[in-house]
Amino acid sequence: MAFELETASHPENLKRVAIEPVSRVEGHGKVTLLLDEDNHVQQVRLHITEFRGFEKFIEGRPFWEVPVMVQRLCGICPVSHHLAASKAMDQIVGATLTPTAEKIRRLMHYGQILQSHALHFFHLSSPDLLFGFDSDLAKRNIVGVIAAYPEIAKKGVLLRKYGQEVIRMTAGKRVHGTGSIPGGVNKSLTAEERATLQKDIYQMIAWSRDAVQLIKQLFEQNLAFYNAFGRFSAHNMGLVRADGAMDLYHGGLRARRADGSTLFDHFDYSHYWDVISEDVKSWSYMKFPFFNAMGSSDTGWYRVGPLTRVTQCDFIPTPQADKERGEFMAFDNGSATGATLGYHWARMIEMLHAAEVIKDLLHDDAICGTELMASGKRQERGVGVIEAPRGTLIHHYRVDENDQVIRANLIVSTTHNNQAMNEAIRVVAKQYLDGRELTEGLLNHIEVAIRAFDPCLSCATHALGKMPLEVELVGADGTALDRLTRNLHDSPATL
Amino acid sequence: MTAPILIFGWGNPGRGDDALGPLFVEHIEALGLPNVECLTDFQLQVEHALDLQNRQHILFVDASFSAPAPFSTRLLAPGRDASFSSHAITPQSVMQVYVDLHNERPPPCHLLAIRGERFELGEGLSPAAASHLEAALRWADDWLKSPGSADQ
Repeated sequence: MAFELETASHPENLKRVAIEPVSRVEGHGKVTLLLDEDNHVQQVRLHITEFRGFEKFIEGRPFWEVPVMVQRLCGICPVSHHLAASKAMDQIVGATLTPTAEKIRRLMHYGQILQSHALHFFHLSSPDLLFGFDSDLAKRNIVGVIAAYPEIAKKGVLLRKYGQEVIRMTAGKRVHGTGSIPGGVNKSLTAEERATLQKDIYQMIAWSRDAVQLIKQLFEQNLAFYNAFGRFSAHNMGLVRADGAMDLYHGGLRARRADGSTLFDHFDYSHYWDVISEDVKSWSYMKFPFFNAMGSSDTGWYRVGPLTRVTQCDFIPTPQADKERGEFMAFDNGSATGATLGYHWARMIEMLHAAEVIKDLLHDDAICGTELMASGKRQERGVGVIEAPRGTLIHHYRVDENDQVIRANLIVSTTHNNQAMNEAIRVVAKQYLDGRELTEGLLNHIEVAIRAFDPCLSCATHALGKMPLEVELVGADGTALDRLTRNLHDSPATL
Repeated sequence: MTAPILIFGWGNPGRGDDALGPLFVEHIEALGLPNVECLTDFQLQVEHALDLQNRQHILFVDASFSAPAPFSTRLLAPGRDASFSSHAITPQSVMQVYVDLHNERPPPCHLLAIRGERFELGEGLSPAAASHLEAALRWADDWLKSPGSADQ
């Protein structure tokens, strides 16, 4: 847990390598490596170079607008923001949800998990996993996957499409849905919508199960490499249900130290600040959260997301995913549970779980119910927490007597994982770059480590003409010694 | 029945001129044209290849950081570009996914790239972008009358 390689002792004498931006992650991130004259890595940092200003975007708005407008924060997981904000606003209006409202929201959320995990595995990560981290760049992308593995790629497209149909039918629209509102939902499923989704759900479960088998095979075929790649030890945090089961929509916070001992359990997240604080560092706009009990971000940082959720819950409350969890936990004496690439395996187990939950909800008559809204005693503060595809997502608001949001604080999943991602790339830099000449394939190892977390580095802008990947090697005197560039984006914004 | 013409705009309405694509689509949708389906999303992804099925003409619309003002248009071809950057892909890659899924060429696809200037979170449309949008909508009047004539 020490911060070796975070800060070099004499950076002025080192060469600088920047990977900017990191590809196949959302937003504007940059990795810098300082190398000495023998190409030994002396400092590695993942920087977030865009200030997001989410909170200022929200403050001053009427609270009932917030669940809809926060979707504009992120084009990747708008539903996660929609639901976290709705949960916070449920507290503002003092509501305890009706069964129909909660189940419709759960359906929406698990649809989001399904489509997000499908995109990440089949389209963002499979090029690396199927072709190798330093394979031909021209092939290492989704169209390469489609050409070489057409059935896998097709399943990915259709799984994602199905998840988005679940979102469309529960949120009311394909994008910028309005389905979830403070105190409930504004629609349930029609019988026709329910039947449409029921028709294909068993196929989605089968394909999700296939995906778990695929990543399992990749681990088996490359056991030593997969287990060692970017491996580090970390504390963990996530939501669990009251009985310890995985629950991605609601629960209490569970934190475990790296040695497996419990720091807190079933903690009421409406007072999350009693257990979590956020640190800042001069070289990144992204904050560094840590456990208060551990004193600082240097010692109290933690990991969130699929790997944490699958390993830290007591069981998964759907049979096929729970069986797969058992195999994952037991695999090679538990070695995959601490592997950075174990995120991919855990993510596919969650995708299977999501498909099973969707199936169960589609067979629950409450999703077609008519009791959609609840209300109660108005409150001035609300905190909503969900387990978004990438990890724990916290929305915290204070609302004045005029119904305006006067304070907002958001801790997004990728922020929780900030230090963990930095740790992963430091390990990879030491494992694969130290003392070697830099190549595109070697630098991709850094990106593979970051992509395992599926980060969303800034939310939701797509094509600003700023997307080429540029790697620059700068000598100690500031002279550019070498430069690698690859053209990633031929979108209209780069015309 | 699937409408023969698809107009697909993408962008984040909460990020200044990135809203140009969705706003363009909003204006076209308000016309209520029976042979046109309008879709928007934050960004393009692989599943959008499924939206190309059974169309005669497709118009992709996006904000552009570097297109000449007020806009540019061009006929697209499927392409195996490396646009896997971020969580978004190019229209050419969407077309290529269509080819790979269906083993046939997609319908003719045009790209309308409307020049934008500012893309920050919480900003509204810039005056220049608003003017470019108006010009693009005037161009669309003609394109919609005869989309096939631009397929060369």
